[in-house]
Amino acid sequence: MTDHSETAVLGNEAAPVPRHSASEIAEHELIQGSSLWKDAWSRLRKNRLAVASLVIFLLIVVASIVGPWLVPYNSQEQDLFLGATAPSAAHWFGTDTLGRDLLVRTLEGGRISLMVGLIATVVSLAIGVIYGATAGYMGGKVDATMMRFVDLLYALPFTIFVILLMVAFGRSMWLMFVAIGAVEWLSMARIVRAGVMGLKKQEFVEAAVSLGYSHKRIILRHLIPNVLGPVIVIATLTVPAVMLLEAFLSFLGLGVQPPNASWGVLINEGQQNMEIFPWLLIFPAFLFALTLFCLNFLGDGLRDALDPKSAKD
Amino acid sequence: MLKFIGKRFLQGILVLIGIYALTFFLVASTPGSPFSSERAMQPEILAQIEAFYGYDKPVGERFLTSVGNILHGDFGPSAVYANRTVTEIIAESFPVSLKLGSISLLVALLLGIPAGILAAVKKNTWLDYVPMSTAMAGICLPTFVMGPLLALVFGLIFAVLPVAGWFGPEFVVLPAATLGLYYAAYFARLTRGGMLEMLNQDFVRTARAKGVPEHMIVWKHCLKGGLIPAITFLGPALAGIISGSFVVETIFQVPGLGQWFVKGALNRDDFLILGLTVLFASLIVLMNLLVDIAQVALNPRLKYD
Repeated sequence: MTDHSETAVLGNEAAPVPRHSASEIAEHELIQGSSLWKDAWSRLRKNRLAVASLVIFLLIVVASIVGPWLVPYNSQEQDLFLGATAPSAAHWFGTDTLGRDLLVRTLEGGRISLMVGLIATVVSLAIGVIYGATAGYMGGKVDATMMRFVDLLYALPFTIFVILLMVAFGRSMWLMFVAIGAVEWLSMARIVRAGVMGLKKQEFVEAAVSLGYSHKRIILRHLIPNVLGPVIVIATLTVPAVMLLEAFLSFLGLGVQPPNASWGVLINEGQQNMEIFPWLLIFPAFLFALTLFCLNFLGDGLRDALDPKSAKD
Repeated sequence: MLKFIGKRFLQGILVLIGIYALTFFLVASTPGSPFSSERAMQPEILAQIEAFYGYDKPVGERFLTSVGNILHGDFGPSAVYANRTVTEIIAESFPVSLKLGSISLLVALLLGIPAGILAAVKKNTWLDYVPMSTAMAGICLPTFVMGPLLALVFGLIFAVLPVAGWFGPEFVVLPAATLGLYYAAYFARLTRGGMLEMLNQDFVRTARAKGVPEHMIVWKHCLKGGLIPAITFLGPALAGIISGSFVVETIFQVPGLGQWFVKGALNRDDFLILGLTVLFASLIVLMNLLVDIAQVALNPRLKYD
């Protein structure tokens, strides 16, 4: 998609002689690009595990978004006389100790957990891609310094930092999105840097340089679109990682605060009552684990599909 | 080699100082103070308490004093648990966490690495599929799901193991299994990948062509290189086991440092948080140093960069 608009832009702006060669190269890229995505899709489709994961994951997403409107209960509505009841026809997942319907609470918890996964991944994507692309493109001393910094950060106890951030700035959900995203960008930066290092010696970048485009434009419009494949793979694998971190914080009472509930909060509540009301633990834990399972398999499948060389086995 | 170790050691100390400064100013810039409570305190009393803990001095001075104190092994008083010093708390709880952590790490290594080697050697047979699918499932079951589930199954349904407390060897089993199994899964996957990469090398083909027996190829030619990814992961694994201990110690009521850290974070016990962060960070930095040395020892091509 991006390559397409690139062709148009090049065609409009470039001087006559370089335009010819530039558009030719761009066209070449376009053909290769589209076939790459088609190839990847057909390879992914053959991977039954990945397709099943994708379908189950989409089902969970749709259920979390639409489900709370279909269930005839409100997630905050308490029924203290009812208390905790086992799964039944009226309450498919049972009710918690305050008589709240667990199905609607689990689905709404899914909304929050998935939203954290999405937003924190976007934050980490933005930081990681820009950082990695800049380091890779600049090369030399700048690159060495920037990547040494990433190496140092890799050695830090990050979970502790996220906990400290949550303590320092209050337990706001939006802060948590940013805090988690801000610590999960390191692998992204490394992958993008490696990709950009390989690309920047290629002719189409040389063409862009000789056309006098700015560094910013070359990085944003020529290099980043071409490393999208590995970026998508890492992003798919970052989603479960950030969901895990959110659930971890919420489990400790430092993340999402009541009355809102993410899967981590529900697992914690279930864990406290599991001796008497095991369903309170089992349903949220099962959905959470299933989501992580699907995302991890999908990420592995995408990696094999987008970069067949990396599939060694 | 010595020069390399010295350089990495100095780097580690710089990182530690950086972490401490960052944590200190993060905690210091937090609105509110550890002494604020539900009831309004008389200003004179509050001032006295603040003076006792040194909070009446400027931040920069407090930072330098605390660094000096830590170098003497004094982590300051606990701001919430009166009459206790952070050093006392650490001295009391560190052995517990050390025991739990080292057993967990051993479980992870002793299960994960052999499973990974086996899976790589018997690639695409059930000896590969079964352990690797289990490992994938293990990675998707984080400690705070695995812990309660293990407690439910072994503690309540079969009732063979205690689920809470820390009174004897049988109390170690479930917490250590919860922490260890998760990282065993990672080690298994990394070892399998590393071993497969080595087994696909040209020198292995040459060795096979010369008629070197397969067990020699695996143990003598491939093991050293194949273990590198797993060894590199030791640093992150230790960091993960430390943060995992926050959860596991809460679930199984283990009186270790993890529980103290969570309590400190929830109660805003500044000195406790700082002391424990320094301790955890030193352990991780030390582990990373050992990993760097081991990597160079295993792979001479890495020329002590």
